[in-house]
Amino acid sequence: MIVLDDVHKFYGSQQILRGCSATISLGEVVVVCGPSGSGKSTLIKCINGLVPFERGSITVDGVSVSSPETDLPALRARIGMVFQSFELYPHMTALQNVSLAQVHVLKRSQKEADERSVKILTRVGLGGKLGNRPAELSGGQQQRVSIARALAMNPQAMLFDEPTSALDPEMINEVLEVMQELAVEGMTMIVVTHEMGFAQRVANRVLFMDRGEIVEDTPKDQFFTAPSSERAKQFLNQVLTH
Amino acid sequence: MNYRWDWSVLIREPFADWLWSGVLLTLAISLLSWAVALTIGIVVGIARSAPSRTARLVAGIYIDVFRSVPPLVQLFLWYFVFPEMVPDSVGLWLKRDLPYPEIVTAVLAIGLFAGARVAEQVRAGIEAVGAPLLPAALATGLRPLQAFRLIALPLGLRAIVGPLTSEFLITIKLSSLSLTIGVLELTAQSRHVENYTFQGFEAFTFATIGYLVIGLCATGLMRLIDNRLGGAALRKATA
Ligand SMILES: Nc1ncnc2c1ncn2[C@@H]1O[C@H](COP(=O)(O)OP(=O)(O)OP(=O)(O)O)[C@@H](O)[C@H]1O
Ligand SMILES: [Mg+2]
Repeated sequence: MIVLDDVHKFYGSQQILRGCSATISLGEVVVVCGPSGSGKSTLIKCINGLVPFERGSITVDGVSVSSPETDLPALRARIGMVFQSFELYPHMTALQNVSLAQVHVLKRSQKEADERSVKILTRVGLGGKLGNRPAELSGGQQQRVSIARALAMNPQAMLFDEPTSALDPEMINEVLEVMQELAVEGMTMIVVTHEMGFAQRVANRVLFMDRGEIVEDTPKDQFFTAPSSERAKQFLNQVLTH
Repeated sequence: MNYRWDWSVLIREPFADWLWSGVLLTLAISLLSWAVALTIGIVVGIARSAPSRTARLVAGIYIDVFRSVPPLVQLFLWYFVFPEMVPDSVGLWLKRDLPYPEIVTAVLAIGLFAGARVAEQVRAGIEAVGAPLLPAALATGLRPLQAFRLIALPLGLRAIVGPLTSEFLITIKLSSLSLTIGVLELTAQSRHVENYTFQGFEAFTFATIGYLVIGLCATGLMRLIDNRLGGAALRKATA
């Protein structure tokens, strides 16, 4: 349902993505990993058009992300995104954070939106925190609100950019559990993460990136037991012995 | 020094009356020019952060010009020069029929100057506190204008209430400039009392305390609003 074809991205003269291609089918969970600066964040931000790219194409459900005719906001509304640093609206309560786009994008009534928000926040274990602002929540709780904000839009796919790397260790699992549930329910997911345990449990495939290239695109088991590239082997040694 | 203190001028008529009417005029000019400054500041500050290059350019020119020319010169320009530069009928109306011409001119001149400073704060608030959340807002499917109106702008405005306190205080102090075009506000009335009674120390002590109390009230009010909006936390989050 998401097809990347030979995507090139430059910042000035610096080339960030060098011909990335991959296909993510409906219901698939793909983990993206690789060293810092390899272009993982850039790649997934290209998928919902937050970052424009110069060459190649990306289609979501057959709709081109870079075509000027595409209604980009409408396309983004169908793809949920979760950021490393939560990016919640600090002046709004958890409930308001989750309801906002439902009202202004999906044109649900406030009441309808709030009902759905309560349901989803409860589902991610935050039924008791509806009226709290982000500053009154722990990192793990904030990230779960952020996931709820994306889920409230009934997305067809979810993008995660290192959703747990800003979290204290004891909060990582509560977020990973929510993500795992989503995966089990069949959500199409692209997850940038260094949580190799999560990848082993949940992923169908692993994309390994280095210096702007997708060096490896392999089924999960093969990635952990017999990675084909030297760079992936080195990387695995580093994160697994960590 | 051979000064004969006489605090009774502060309660003797007509001097007490003069001084208090000065306080009221200072308050009125301060509040009205602050309202003008906020309105202009928000509009120009938004234009300064707009995607349109023309809007940003025009707003930038406004900010640069009005912040750089001394407010006293601006006041003179509006009061003495402007009516001569517009078509005769308009100039005549300004000079003859505009009610309270000195006060209206003072309010607008001070408001336009302070508005440029407020605009710069608005732009900075949007840039530092509001704009960083735009990608997250866009990712939920909000259109760029919606994301700006619902997230970046309200956040930016909340964050600058604290920093705006000093702009408010500057606006209050600038109201004293209006004495140069004949407005009998607090400073003018204090001089007036001095000229009549030679009790300048008492009169200016009154003015000093008057400005101090007004300034402290303004500071308290802004702090109250800032606390209610959680501005300090917003500023810290991005610092
Ligand atoms: N806005 C930008 N302007 C210029 N260069 C950028 C910009 N954003 C990212 N880059 C560069 O692009 C490269 C890839 O960045 P990206 O954030 O995609 O890496 P990443 O794989 O997500 O790294 P990390 O694991 O640290 O998050 C880096 O070299 C970075 O410096
Ligand atoms: Mg990254």
